[in-house]
Amino acid sequence: MSQFLQQAINGLTLGSLYGLIAIGYTMVYGILGMINFAHGDLYMLGAFVSLTAFAILAAAGITSLPLALLLVLLVAVVFTAGYGWAVERIAYRPLRGSTKLAPLISAIGASIFIQNAVQLLQGARIKQLPPMLPGGFEFFGPGPGSVTVSHVQVLIVAATAVLLAGFTWMITRTSFGRQQRACEQDAGMTRMLGINVDRTISLTFMIGAGMAGVAGLLVTLYYGVIDFYIGFLAGVKAFTAAVLGGIGSLPGAMLGGLLIGLIEAFYASYFSAEYKDVAVFGILILVLVLRPSGLLGRPEVEKV
Amino acid sequence: MQHPHRLAVASLAMAGLFAAAGVRADILIGVAGPMSGQYASGGEQMRNGVEAAAAAINAAGGVLGQKLKVEVGDDVCDPKQAVAVANAMVNKKASAIVGHYCSSSTIPASEVYNEAQTPIITISTNGKVTDRGLKNVFRLTGRDDQEGVVAADYLVRTFAGRKVAVVDDKSAFGKGQADIVARYLSDHKLAPALRESVTAGEKDYTALISKLKAGGVDVLFYGGYYTELGLILRQAAQGGLKLQVMSGNTSTSAELATAAGPALEGLLFTFYPDPRKAPASAEVVKQFRDKKIEPEGYVLFCYAAVQVYAQALQKAGSQKYADVQKALAGGSFATVLGKVEFDAKGDPRNPGFVVYQWKGGQYDVVK
Repeated sequence: MSQFLQQAINGLTLGSLYGLIAIGYTMVYGILGMINFAHGDLYMLGAFVSLTAFAILAAAGITSLPLALLLVLLVAVVFTAGYGWAVERIAYRPLRGSTKLAPLISAIGASIFIQNAVQLLQGARIKQLPPMLPGGFEFFGPGPGSVTVSHVQVLIVAATAVLLAGFTWMITRTSFGRQQRACEQDAGMTRMLGINVDRTISLTFMIGAGMAGVAGLLVTLYYGVIDFYIGFLAGVKAFTAAVLGGIGSLPGAMLGGLLIGLIEAFYASYFSAEYKDVAVFGILILVLVLRPSGLLGRPEVEKV
Repeated sequence: MQHPHRLAVASLAMAGLFAAAGVRADILIGVAGPMSGQYASGGEQMRNGVEAAAAAINAAGGVLGQKLKVEVGDDVCDPKQAVAVANAMVNKKASAIVGHYCSSSTIPASEVYNEAQTPIITISTNGKVTDRGLKNVFRLTGRDDQEGVVAADYLVRTFAGRKVAVVDDKSAFGKGQADIVARYLSDHKLAPALRESVTAGEKDYTALISKLKAGGVDVLFYGGYYTELGLILRQAAQGGLKLQVMSGNTSTSAELATAAGPALEGLLFTFYPDPRKAPASAEVVKQFRDKKIEPEGYVLFCYAAVQVYAQALQKAGSQKYADVQKALAGGSFATVLGKVEFDAKGDPRNPGFVVYQWKGGQYDVVK
């Protein structure tokens, strides 16, 4: 029982991270109908920026943890959002209106570019961050039956919940949210109504990238070990989450993320930790075969 | 091919160039290991050792009237890459190789060197490295099977009656060692309560931690490299699991100390008797420290590898493979590790492993 609870907590933490990244995939898909394969690398960039920012703050003598976290969060979000904007501007906008395949290939190119740039600038070696937020809460303990929730896990779940609430509010209540949804439904019509579609798309990319940046910061705090390649696997898993939840659907992305996190955690602890990725990608195949529109996605209706 | 004669002339000229280069050439020593990627700090140790030894020998006049030149190859601890590096080394006419680092790289690469008749002096610890009867392979470090027995023996003596888990990372080195430990424990009434494998390169080991916790395990032997070990230690601390961990010879890494943080305290591991403390190495250790390099881990082993090869060349009197091989196999060499001799397989005759423990940011021998 305690193992179940413990893994549920671990899975929830992992799922929150996947969910944060998956939102970026699903938003871009919703508005452009393309998969932004460079998205996982923005998450990796977020992790590197956070690590660098922590090092700079430590060198500058800022020791207050909440202040340092806030500053690093700000830097990571601004930096990755900037990258999100640049990637859209350079790699996707010139290809808008061409074949569907062109931006996809361009996305893979952007992903390879970012990975190699980080490898060259930061080195290929693994980078470490010493534990910043040690400790946690212990329930039913001590002993084998205890369940531990570390402070970092609390931070991750709380940050995800806050971001998600803010994000939902933005999409449903603000004028930007309305424009965003309008572009999603019919970009041509939206443009005729005087909405700046390009600007909306840019902002969508920046928000998605910012979320991935937050996920990068959180993962750096959680595991403390990053390298230039972490974006790939996390990206593919978040993509799986988005597909599972129904790509294009925002609550679906979060739900998919949580499900993937939980499946991974339970499979690893009750069956085999070696093959947990097999379980995750097995789910992807099943969903694509049995329910291509995902759990919360609307099936695409062919307009005649 | 309209002008076959022109081609012939061109290749003749090329051959001439090579021959001319051959006369004046330095003796090329290849150092191959993970210069980038997750085990890069191991590769850096190798490179530091080899370069310093070559510089020292050159300063003393070189070998056979020639200078040693170091060629670095990066295999990222990937077996496929290792074979590519080996072929490149052979093409560059490397006289001998120091490397590789990961056993899973050394094993396939050594076959390439064997075909090309290039001697290789390695620090890889898997038994298979020298068990295949390749005459060109020599090793300066102990074998996993020795190391595993030393570790398991310590576990049996110290933790009798406790619940022990044995986990590995499925690599040739990690699994090889973990299998031996698990077998020894079973034979000595301390059968592992849990035997698991994890995926190297993975970041999330929380599932393993909660499994260990639910199973009431309090001692863990981990067969694998320091990157994953650091994550396991850290996540065990985060998960509130009090765990006595023991691991193998990569646990000397300074990067492990950063990644694990305070969770490193108390980590037990097996390593070679520290060559820094051997009387033969005192002067070289001082030279390294003057250059702000700590000769930790494999630095001195790789330094010794170059010394061994240089002395074998001197004794053989030529770079001819048959002579050099005989000199290596039958010789006795004075190195920073002390006296080095090889047995019939190419393994070192000096004794293998000692148990160490991390305490307060340093590690020392457990008495």
